[in-house]
Amino acid sequence: MTVSVRTFDDGAWVSVDNERVVGVSELWRLSGFCPCEVGDVMLEAFVEADSTDEEVKASAVGRCIACGESGSMGWLTVGRLVDGEFRRTDPNEVQSHTAEP
Amino acid sequence: MPSDVEQWKDEIYGTDIRAHIERFAEEGWESIPDDETGAWFERFKWYGLYHQRAGQESYFMMRIGPPGGVLKPGQFRTMAEIAREFSTGPAENPIFGNGWLDVTTRQAIQLHWINLEDVPEIFERLEASGLSTIQACGDSWRNIVGCPVAGKDRHEFVDAETLADDLHDAFKGNSEHSNLPRKWKVSVTGCREGCGQGDINDLAFEPAEREVDGEAVRGYNVRVGGGLARNEPRFAKEIDVFVTPEEAVDVAAGISALFRDHGDRENRYNARIKFLMDEWGPEKFRRVLQDDYVDFELPSAGEDLRSEYSYNAGTTHGHGDHVGVHEQRDGDNYVGLNVLVGRIGADEALELADVADEYGSGEVRLTQRQNVILTDVPDENVDELLAEPVLEHYSPDPDAFQRGSIACTGTEFCSLSIVETKNRQVRYSRWLTENVSLPADVEDFHIHLSGCTASCAQPQIADVSLRGMKTRKDGEPVEAFDIGLAGGLGERPQFAQWVRQRVPADEVPGAIEHLVETYVAEREGEETFREFARDMDEEELAALCEPKETSYEDGFLHNTKRTWYPYAEDDDLDASPAPTNPDDTPVSADD
Repeated sequence: MTVSVRTFDDGAWVSVDNERVVGVSELWRLSGFCPCEVGDVMLEAFVEADSTDEEVKASAVGRCIACGESGSMGWLTVGRLVDGEFRRTDPNEVQSHTAEP
Repeated sequence: MPSDVEQWKDEIYGTDIRAHIERFAEEGWESIPDDETGAWFERFKWYGLYHQRAGQESYFMMRIGPPGGVLKPGQFRTMAEIAREFSTGPAENPIFGNGWLDVTTRQAIQLHWINLEDVPEIFERLEASGLSTIQACGDSWRNIVGCPVAGKDRHEFVDAETLADDLHDAFKGNSEHSNLPRKWKVSVTGCREGCGQGDINDLAFEPAEREVDGEAVRGYNVRVGGGLARNEPRFAKEIDVFVTPEEAVDVAAGISALFRDHGDRENRYNARIKFLMDEWGPEKFRRVLQDDYVDFELPSAGEDLRSEYSYNAGTTHGHGDHVGVHEQRDGDNYVGLNVLVGRIGADEALELADVADEYGSGEVRLTQRQNVILTDVPDENVDELLAEPVLEHYSPDPDAFQRGSIACTGTEFCSLSIVETKNRQVRYSRWLTENVSLPADVEDFHIHLSGCTASCAQPQIADVSLRGMKTRKDGEPVEAFDIGLAGGLGERPQFAQWVRQRVPADEVPGAIEHLVETYVAEREGEETFREFARDMDEEELAALCEPKETSYEDGFLHNTKRTWYPYAEDDDLDASPAPTNPDDTPVSADD
């Protein structure tokens, strides 16, 4: 099922079907973003958003609040599509961001 | 590939948007098709309407930008009346109540909780008063900022008020310049004190003098490419061009057209002209401007006045702001009033409009330090004006911390902000006033608090810079700040050095207390803080501000972004009444 996905409000949100669903300023647990085994990364702005049949992904800029590393990251899964419904990923769920959606 | 925003702008933008706003207002909030909200909210910005954050759907912020911050007699009253009638929401702010005006760092007024259905009537009232929201937001010429006492200032070198008005008249509603790649911020400075803050604007006109045909002519040097946002601060660069007041609009049109044609429309993060300036450099920029956009020979820069600048400059000479009673060129006085974090209750704004009428000309001016100025007060009226009760709160002689405090909108309404700002900054300044002493010669101590890297509170140009972040305290996520020190403008502007990262919000006052105590104990003579810190390296600066808990209690350490309104009794997002009708009842209640 196709959903409409984009960044919104100058990168403050990822919107799915025109509803603001994931915002900046949350802490996400990411591996591979910084020297930390698992970084505690605050997202500062979404740069791009995209979707597959199953997932909504976004790239962002952010900063690890543990080590201070900052910059752009690859794609992270911000939500899943289950029976056409968007379900937000728990930011505490450790994930490694990837280079491509 | 052009961005979504560029495609939406290509379809409908500029003055064509007005009819659609009127249509949606007539038919109601729910008439905006769900799959078109992104496009319409982007377009509404051009008319000064910014949809508020999640949990506040159907409410808008409205921005009104008078050129140079000059509100002619009656205009401030009009805005206060609109604020009282239309700018109220479904919950109260515990410090500011319900219904207020925010004075911004770009000499505009912002109103919140505006319902779309009320917009046509508000537009009518504003227009009847000679005001407009056109291009207050969006990708075009924003409010022209400048010396707020232009035309009246004893320190004026060249008439900045006329040029600000000329630029406003030439570029507001001008279809040739209404769709630029990104926002376009312009400043006009005419005084010897530098209070237009040109260095942080996309385009700056700065006072200068040059010999033309054997005659000394007063006009402006031109700088391009300043801005503070997105961790990419730049000071505007001198492009070695002098313009007379008569030529300034033509040169501005050339530079604006150059930006329109060469700015990046594919990547909005790279779209501001500062990035084009990074790529080209001032020499190429000048060459393209001369060759393709101006049909007369551009003179090289004249002699500037930057060595005299004192505005937000951390010097002991001249004015650092406009607070207090100051003599005008014509012998009357202007009275600058401190507005803590820029917010004025609607009823108090009406009182200020009354005293402006009674003791001055009725004119009210807005400054880039979020303050207001009442002008044209004859000597014989000054004492009576100063005795008015409303000036106890909006004081011409405030405490140094309150005088120096600036804060952006924050998570109360803004999607981008990471932390709560205005209420917190009020609490910070009150705590500092009660617990920390500055010497009598330090009249203002600049603390600029911005909720995120967009930098709307201009955090990089303050004695103490606070920029919203997150951290963990006892394992829990809490709101926090990066702390920067010793930034400011003047002859040699410098950005703050970020010396402390992710300080929990409740430990910031302790860090500032430590900083001030060290400064007071160790400074030489009447050194300003910026002078005191000038030769310190990052490590020495960091040692000045050791974070610590104190008697200060922070009411907003939790994640205010996850609320629908941080101060509501039940602040959970699910408890939001939005979207609502204009009477603040939920739209769903209609069913």
